[in-house]
Amino acid sequence: MSFVFNEENEATFTALLPRYPHHKSLVLPCLWMAQYQEGYISAEAMDFICKKLDVPLAHLYGVATFYTMFYLEEIPKFHIQVCKTLSCELCGKNDILKAIEEEVGLKVNESNELFKVSQVECLGACGGAPMLQLNEDYHENLTPQSTKELLQRFCK
Amino acid sequence: MIQKIVSKNFNIENSHTLEVAKKNGAYQSIDRAFTLKPTDIEIEISKSGLRGKGGGGASAGAKWCLVSVTNEKSYLIVNADESEPGTFKDRQIMQYDPHLLIEGIILTCYAIHSHDAYIYVRGEYKFFADRLNEAIKEAYEDGILGQNVKDFGYRMDITVHRGAGAYICGEKSALVESLEGNRGHPRLKPHEPSPEYYFGKPALVNNVETIASVPFIINEGADAYKAFGTEKSPGTLLFGMSGHINNPGIYEMAFGESMQDFIDKIGGGIKNGKKLKAVIPGGASTPVLNAEEVKLAKLDYESMKEIGSALGTGGMIIMDEDTCMVGALKNLLSFYHHESCGQCTPCREGTAWVDGIIENILNNKGKEDDIDLLSDISKTMNGKTICVFAPAVSMVIDGFILRFRNEFETYIAKSKEAVDV
Repeated sequence: MSFVFNEENEATFTALLPRYPHHKSLVLPCLWMAQYQEGYISAEAMDFICKKLDVPLAHLYGVATFYTMFYLEEIPKFHIQVCKTLSCELCGKNDILKAIEEEVGLKVNESNELFKVSQVECLGACGGAPMLQLNEDYHENLTPQSTKELLQRFCK
Repeated sequence: MIQKIVSKNFNIENSHTLEVAKKNGAYQSIDRAFTLKPTDIEIEISKSGLRGKGGGGASAGAKWCLVSVTNEKSYLIVNADESEPGTFKDRQIMQYDPHLLIEGIILTCYAIHSHDAYIYVRGEYKFFADRLNEAIKEAYEDGILGQNVKDFGYRMDITVHRGAGAYICGEKSALVESLEGNRGHPRLKPHEPSPEYYFGKPALVNNVETIASVPFIINEGADAYKAFGTEKSPGTLLFGMSGHINNPGIYEMAFGESMQDFIDKIGGGIKNGKKLKAVIPGGASTPVLNAEEVKLAKLDYESMKEIGSALGTGGMIIMDEDTCMVGALKNLLSFYHHESCGQCTPCREGTAWVDGIIENILNNKGKEDDIDLLSDISKTMNGKTICVFAPAVSMVIDGFILRFRNEFETYIAKSKEAVDV
């Protein structure tokens, strides 16, 4: 199976290329585009980006594994990431985790067909603690009740 | 106490759109700036005493000068990789007034003879990156950005670049490395003050809020800016409060206000009527203060240094009387353990060790000499690494042990009992 950018990504790539003094700057944007296209970054996508940007696979692999937001394996449709850093912990992060467990039956680092639950470091939303990120959206000022309601919307 | 400069448009409906922003004075400074020479702008910024608002507090004018004197093709890189725990101010600017940031970028680029700016936004801030992109698109369509800025014959391009989840990329040289498509490993710093280099060309790296403060200074003049704050810390900062506080949020104030007043009057006091125990004053990497010190604390760079902490980013984490300080330190140390980039041994290994030791103490497996061991590791981590990450961890550990040693001792005494039984 081989990988190529879809039309939209190819167009974005062409538009971004002249914006940077060196094409190597596009390593992160390309990894993002590949991830959006497939849901994760496959080995084929890595090969494709290597050729496109003329960088060694080892370098690309090093970069992709350094940053926590790149998935090198498929993940469930909904990724629940609960912020675990100090402000959120002080404001009741553990109650939110409990509510998630009651609602979807998953503890931290567990997953099923639909959900994956993780704890992550500070998401820069301390004023809205406790908070979680569901896929790419922030949900702030949570209570156990509102967390359950949020998840119920996606369970059905 | 509230003094709105950067946050003046935050409460206006649809303030992020070009139409509303223009009604409220956006892009007026551009007309004035392009009648001036670039050096005049730089001089005005130096005169205003504007200091970097990302945590370090270095003079912005001096930093700009390092880039502009090179006379080479140069770049502006705006640091929007806001990931210091307790800090959530730059996102407010990106959400509510992205055009203020764009205006600041144009002014800054003109001053340092640069035509290309990058905004490095942390990966998790998808919403804010999208909002910036919308604003930039509007500005291109309106002729504010592009080949010919407002018909002044100046080319200006801004590109939003998304990170992908690495705290260390907030460090400026790591940020540039990341922008170059590498792992976010900080670079060795030369002895002399020097700009960053992006693919070998000088680059200015400034925080979002610093750049967003520039339009006010150009519009109103350096003296108007200096009228706020203290002599050495002029102007305002977006101070934040989170944790056990009634009104968490971001509030813009001049430097030099009392921390206790800020917490009581604006923050509305501690949640559930409890007493204050401790405050981490400016993002997790600044030494914690106890309630007595908070009473004395004034919110400017010099005063905070005097009482043995630092102002940092101004994002305060407030802790009430029931907070377990050993637990709080464990939370922070596991953060640092996770976020160490792994380049220097004292940091990579040290953060793991201290995290493990504090976990043992929390689980009643602490040993008598654990506190000294923590201090010893902290000493070894300080000043022996490429960037300031490890020294920050070491300051955090020392701050907690200095002020709350008795809590650590109580835990260890409990562990001893558990063993004796």
